[in-house]
Amino acid sequence: MSVLVYSESEKNSFKKSSYEAVSYGKSLADKMGVELICVTFNCSNSQKLKNFGADKIFNIESQNSQEFTCKVYSTLLLKVIETENVSTVILSSSADSKYLGAYLAGYTYGSYISNVVELPESINPFIVKRSCFTNKAFSSTELKGDLKIISISSNSYGIFEKEGKGSQEEFKVDEIETNHKVTNIEKQSGSVTIADADIVVSAGRGLKGPENWKMIEELAGLLGAATACSKPVSDMGWRPHSEHVGQTGKPVSSNLYIAIGISGAIQHLAGINSSKVKVVINSDPEAPFFKAADYGVVGDAFEVIPRLIQELKAKV
Amino acid sequence: MKILVCISNVPDTTSKINFTDSDSKFDKNGVQFIINPNDEFGLTKAVWMKESNNASVTALTVGDISSEAILRKCLAIGADNAIRIDCEALDAYSVAKEIEAHCNEINYDVIICGRESIDYNGGLVPGLLAGYLDYNFITNCVSLDINSDDVKCSREISGGIETSECKLPIVIGAQKGLVEESDLIIPNMRGIMMARQKPLEVIESKDFSNQAVDKKFFKPEEKGEVKLINADEIDKLIDLLENEAKVL
Ligand SMILES: Cc1cc2nc3c(=O)[nH]c(=O)nc-3n(C[C@H](O)[C@H](O)[C@H](O)COP(=O)(O)OP(=O)(O)OC[C@H]3O[C@@H](n4cnc5c(N)ncnc54)[C@H](O)[C@@H]3O)c2cc1C
Ligand SMILES: Nc1ncnc2c1ncn2[C@@H]1O[C@H](COP(=O)(O)O)[C@@H](O)[C@H]1O
Repeated sequence: MSVLVYSESEKNSFKKSSYEAVSYGKSLADKMGVELICVTFNCSNSQKLKNFGADKIFNIESQNSQEFTCKVYSTLLLKVIETENVSTVILSSSADSKYLGAYLAGYTYGSYISNVVELPESINPFIVKRSCFTNKAFSSTELKGDLKIISISSNSYGIFEKEGKGSQEEFKVDEIETNHKVTNIEKQSGSVTIADADIVVSAGRGLKGPENWKMIEELAGLLGAATACSKPVSDMGWRPHSEHVGQTGKPVSSNLYIAIGISGAIQHLAGINSSKVKVVINSDPEAPFFKAADYGVVGDAFEVIPRLIQELKAKV
Repeated sequence: MKILVCISNVPDTTSKINFTDSDSKFDKNGVQFIINPNDEFGLTKAVWMKESNNASVTALTVGDISSEAILRKCLAIGADNAIRIDCEALDAYSVAKEIEAHCNEINYDVIICGRESIDYNGGLVPGLLAGYLDYNFITNCVSLDINSDDVKCSREISGGIETSECKLPIVIGAQKGLVEESDLIIPNMRGIMMARQKPLEVIESKDFSNQAVDKKFFKPEEKGEVKLINADEIDKLIDLLENEAKVL
């Protein structure tokens, strides 16, 4: 038996969430007393995973795995799962990994669960803790399928260096038949995305208008953070839809979430509750967000934010 | 073209979340149920495709009789007919299996689900269904164009948008962007009256077994008091974030 981590890479480098998945996989493999296999696609840097515990590393290169499509990736992963007698697959919570997880489970008749926040409390039966009801609750869930697939919530486990055997093995594959082809990818360059960010700076209707986002962007830039917003802000077109966070928008599970001029409605909090540390800056001391936050500043954003920027600049 | 829209019946976004049966079940007492927001985007898109693609639209839910109210709403929004597979939807596997069994009888060209439901939040059903049926699958879908059996669609990826092409049949995981919030159809009197004439069929469940069982639910620990920092002493905030919370 073995544990397999699908180690997502982009242009030969790994995101933190990939290292986190490997760290989690290593602890689980140790707990089960089995080997940890890491699979990468078209990545010449996969040896790096050794430092986080990979015992065996397969880098799969094939013509039609250049771009991610879930059918091709599932078919290729299934080959490794079969030849290496894999019992458990670990994924990160990236858009592609979550996309893959459910399809792979359907394709292999395995069982998959997402938003996992801890190592399994028991291996046999296999019981893991995951968040549900948009972070308003947790559940201890038992997975019953022969193949168990879990995706772990970002920043819920952490990254730990631990040397694995790191043997690099070749895995020969034939072309996979598919009629699904990626034709175009458009990415904003430079800016940090909400999903990958350690810090998210988010602002709401309290900012009064789109012209006032310069200071938000400056603050985010200083912190290396992603920018986000509340729903009305994106509905009014002040900010792009991709920044809308909350129950009906993107989930945020960063280490630090800074909410500026956001009241803290239940639907907003639902999407950001799994962030570790929350800071609220709001002129109304009665704003509900103060009940959900770790640190708070009661004050006018137009005074507090420039001051914060000034202090941060003075530090670097 | 035949479109199936899978509808999940979820607690209203302001619902208090509580559990019963020694914390093993969601407590539906006093909870208002709504169409899962992601499904509503998908349903609206499907209704548009009635014109653009000469499609028929079936709304389906796996659930007990209490979920018929939202199926009626789907009919009022514009679905042609509705189907309820009669059982308590307990986990995504049995739900996906029930839907698969139905899809094996009636071949739909397009199956539209929501990206994820806002209750169990698994994002499981569409992927499982696509895997079981061996159909093409696009989730986080923000655009969809179908021309005979050629599909052009895009999905949100980390930091951008990816466009791809494939063939029918396909399973879609819909989200905001596929249609905008302002496009959502609010049923009018005429729609509601017409919905009463439209067929709502109840199918018996095939009783598939669960593969993921929620043993116990629990709520997050109560948060401690917020630490307030004076607006004139912002340096203190930075210090706390650096040295106490250790997040900078
Ligand atoms: C079905 C449904 C789904 C929803 N989903 C989401 C979701 O996913 N995400 C989401 O965010 N919302 C969602 N909402 C909306 C949510 O209920 C709130 O309406 C919304 O979050 C409020 O946004 P806001 O805090 O920016 O604005 P407001 O509620 O208007 O709050 C503005 C805040 O700014 C403060 N303020 C004003 N001036 C200043 C100043 N100069 N300096 C500092 N602070 C100031 C005010 O005190 C106030 O607290 C949803 C609602 C529904 C019904
Ligand atoms: N009981 C159900 N009946 C019909 N469709 C469902 C049901 N549960 C989930 N779905 C569909 O699957 C999507 C994802 O749900 P989930 O896997 O629960 O996150 C929903 O948006 C629905 O389209």
